[in-house]
Amino acid sequence: MNRPLEAELHAWTDGRLDEARSAAVSQWLQENPEEEARLLAWKRQKELLHAAFDPVLEEPAPARLEEAAQPAANPRRWRIAAAIGWLAVGITTGYTMRGASVPEAAATPPLARNAAIAHVVYTPEVRHPVEVGADQEAHLVQWLSKRLGTPLKTPRFVAQGFELVGGRLLPGERGPVAQFMYQDRDGRRLTLYVRTDPNNHDTAFRFAQEGAVGVFYWLDHKVGYALSGEMPRDELLRIAEAAYAQLNSVN
Amino acid sequence: MVELSEHLPRLRRYARALTGDRYAADDLVQDTVERALNKSALWRPDSRLDAWLMTLMHNIFVNQLRTAAGRHTDSLETLPSEPSARATQADGIEVRDIHGALARLSPEQREVLLLVTLEEYSYDETALILDIPVGTVMSRLSRARDRMRQLIEDRAPGTLPLKVVK
Repeated sequence: MNRPLEAELHAWTDGRLDEARSAAVSQWLQENPEEEARLLAWKRQKELLHAAFDPVLEEPAPARLEEAAQPAANPRRWRIAAAIGWLAVGITTGYTMRGASVPEAAATPPLARNAAIAHVVYTPEVRHPVEVGADQEAHLVQWLSKRLGTPLKTPRFVAQGFELVGGRLLPGERGPVAQFMYQDRDGRRLTLYVRTDPNNHDTAFRFAQEGAVGVFYWLDHKVGYALSGEMPRDELLRIAEAAYAQLNSVN
Repeated sequence: MVELSEHLPRLRRYARALTGDRYAADDLVQDTVERALNKSALWRPDSRLDAWLMTLMHNIFVNQLRTAAGRHTDSLETLPSEPSARATQADGIEVRDIHGALARLSPEQREVLLLVTLEEYSYDETALILDIPVGTVMSRLSRARDRMRQLIEDRAPGTLPLKVVK
């Protein structure tokens, strides 16, 4: 047999020749040990490539890829974008209005506004709503307390139908911020946003409405709290009162 | 395009082998998937979705190489390769060698070699994905396979001819 075409040598390596032709090439290889060594090396490469990279097929894809691959995820992104856009309009308007010497009290303070933004960004997360789940609550509280430099507590809203999902660390204007997330049986979510500021003065409850998000916020010594939810104001108030009662340092 | 996520494992395997880096690979997959959704109108339902995705990934990869070359950043040739999590002990050294050898191929050779051997595309399909003549596929494949053999044999001490000590 004459030397097979180079393309046939590849096809032999890749198992793409019919039986007769494959046998003929094998026969030729036996008579040409140098070529045989070359093609056996090619075959071995193929096995090694599969050994090296097939395990990737078994790895779960990161959530960001799964999400990117879902056309259905896009409306949710739009909802977030729309809500952030709405808040941005509010910020711009607030800034313009300040120039027009509207009383400061009319503008939502950064605590409530930032809490509302964080609420809108993280509550739609399906796979990663929190960094540390409620199953590691002790670790979560210890970690966030350390980062914020003050002992934190996770209030209970079981009587109001909400259970702790977990929490995450966020960047704030003056340092780290903690966000705890709660969820009820219908999948509605609340977030409690906690930040520290040594210049705080104690305040009573205040309420701000940012788009669909209601925020009750208050300051307790150097800690500022903001509870956000998309629900009727009365219902949110009852939960905020429960939080206040559990978190207030006087108690 | 409902089935796009079904193709993630293969896209990730190919991208990992192509870039040699877990994060660069997943970025490449994400760019590919996003472009696929934006351009889904251009996909012809009678063609294979996986091959079309590979074409998109190839185009993005080539553009990234051009940008990287313009910035004089690390070329992909020098990217560290990751050892596989599940290589057996016996295969371990050889699998590590294959990572290193793969990283030393030119990107053009690497693409052809991976599409044919790892992804098992036919020579014709590989030509379509890369938008090159099938003759070019065959010649790149020869160069890639011979270069890999040379690189692996140079690195593996076990394959050195034994000296007979008298």
